Amino acid sequence: MAKKRSLILREVCNLIVPAVLLYAFYVQFHGDYGPGGGFQAGVIFAAAVILYTLVYGREKTQKIFPTSVVRYFVSIGLLLYAGVGVASLFMGGNYLDYNVLAHDPIHGQHLGIFLIELGVGITVAAVMIMIFYMLDEYAD
Amino acid sequence: MDIQTIINISLLTLLALTAVILLRLHNLLAAVLLSGIYSLLSAGLFVSLDAVDVAFTEAAVGAGLTTVLLMGAIAVTGREQSVTRHSKLLPIAVTTITAAALIYGTLDMPKFADPEAPIHTHVAPRYIEKSGEEIGIPNIVTSVLASYRGYDTLGEVTVVFTAAIGVMLLLGGSRKPKNQNAKKKRDTNG
Amino acid sequence: MFADYYNYWVAIILMMLGFYIVISDANLIKKIIGLTIFQTSVFILFISMSKVEGGTAPILADGITTYSNPLPHVLILTAIVVGVATTALGLAIIARIHREYGTIDENIIHDQDEEEYGNDEEAAS
Repeated sequence: MAKKRSLILREVCNLIVPAVLLYAFYVQFHGDYGPGGGFQAGVIFAAAVILYTLVYGREKTQKIFPTSVVRYFVSIGLLLYAGVGVASLFMGGNYLDYNVLAHDPIHGQHLGIFLIELGVGITVAAVMIMIFYMLDEYAD
Repeated sequence: MDIQTIINISLLTLLALTAVILLRLHNLLAAVLLSGIYSLLSAGLFVSLDAVDVAFTEAAVGAGLTTVLLMGAIAVTGREQSVTRHSKLLPIAVTTITAAALIYGTLDMPKFADPEAPIHTHVAPRYIEKSGEEIGIPNIVTSVLASYRGYDTLGEVTVVFTAAIGVMLLLGGSRKPKNQNAKKKRDTNG
Repeated sequence: MFADYYNYWVAIILMMLGFYIVISDANLIKKIIGLTIFQTSVFILFISMSKVEGGTAPILADGITTYSNPLPHVLILTAIVVGVATTALGLAIIARIHREYGTIDENIIHDQDEEEYGNDEEAAS
């Protein structure tokens, strides 16, 4: 069992982690209008979870992000990305052609970019969390 | 010499200093922290060179995540490095010859920040002009990454996925060290 | 000429410093750190090539006419993420090596391999 960390560490972690998670979502969805996008958002999300794991220990974090669920999310992001390509095949365009995804090419592009950035963000966050869990388990 | 050049030169000099100090360090914890500083300085350099997306990613990934992963590895292996010596003459010779050849090669490159450089004349102006009407989002880097070059991004996500699979395969199995079993076998045979 | 090429030369010097750490240092984790330095200096080289004088970040905004070239930015974005994937995999391999050999110094690992499995010439004869 990990020993209980000092009060300062726990309180600062309680203050920072929600802000970092919110910032990760902001970066994910505002990647179209400023710097940001899927990769950055995934890494920042994973950084928040890693901070929580470092302060409170792996057992407590795995009640919220259990290893089996993170393992599924690693593949779900990539499936979402490839699935958008297959969906454009079904709609009559080429693979990963976003123009055919909606009634209007511009809206199709917006929808396509939104979905694939989501897929990228999910996979990157899950991969970074997974790698940290594995290293943490191995170090014991 | 305007402020932009001064910032560039000072950041690059600090980077070179950090790399030189990293060479001489034996304490692994200090080396990991210095590599985090190196990534952060290069993120600052990227902002000065107008690459804001790249700076964002480098700061998050290099200064944040790589430092954490390296610390995780040090937790397994230990902090100080054992000092075994061998002659450094050959590495220094190889490095110097390669550096000389590369610097000789850069003399042929276009000047720094030249607007007439060939890199700016083929497909990049088309992306900059047409991205607004064809895709309609302000961030050109995201539009190129996600739409014009979407296949490359698919490959990149697959690489990240493969790295996760690799780490799960390497570190996920049983934890008994093989050394003990091998020693036991040698003791019973000999 | 100094100000024209300074970025490229310092990028090459950083590349060579990282390269030197990879080939001369015996500790495996220092090698990974040297590799990271090498990769980041290559990124600096590419991003220096993409800067346009008087340009700004490639985000469309009213009233701005010159933008820096966005294509190397995309390439380097991919390269950074691939670099962290490689680093993570390398660190997993190092953790396993430490568990098997008890050390991460490449000279000691080489010696342990030689005494356990014999020299290559002995095995061939």
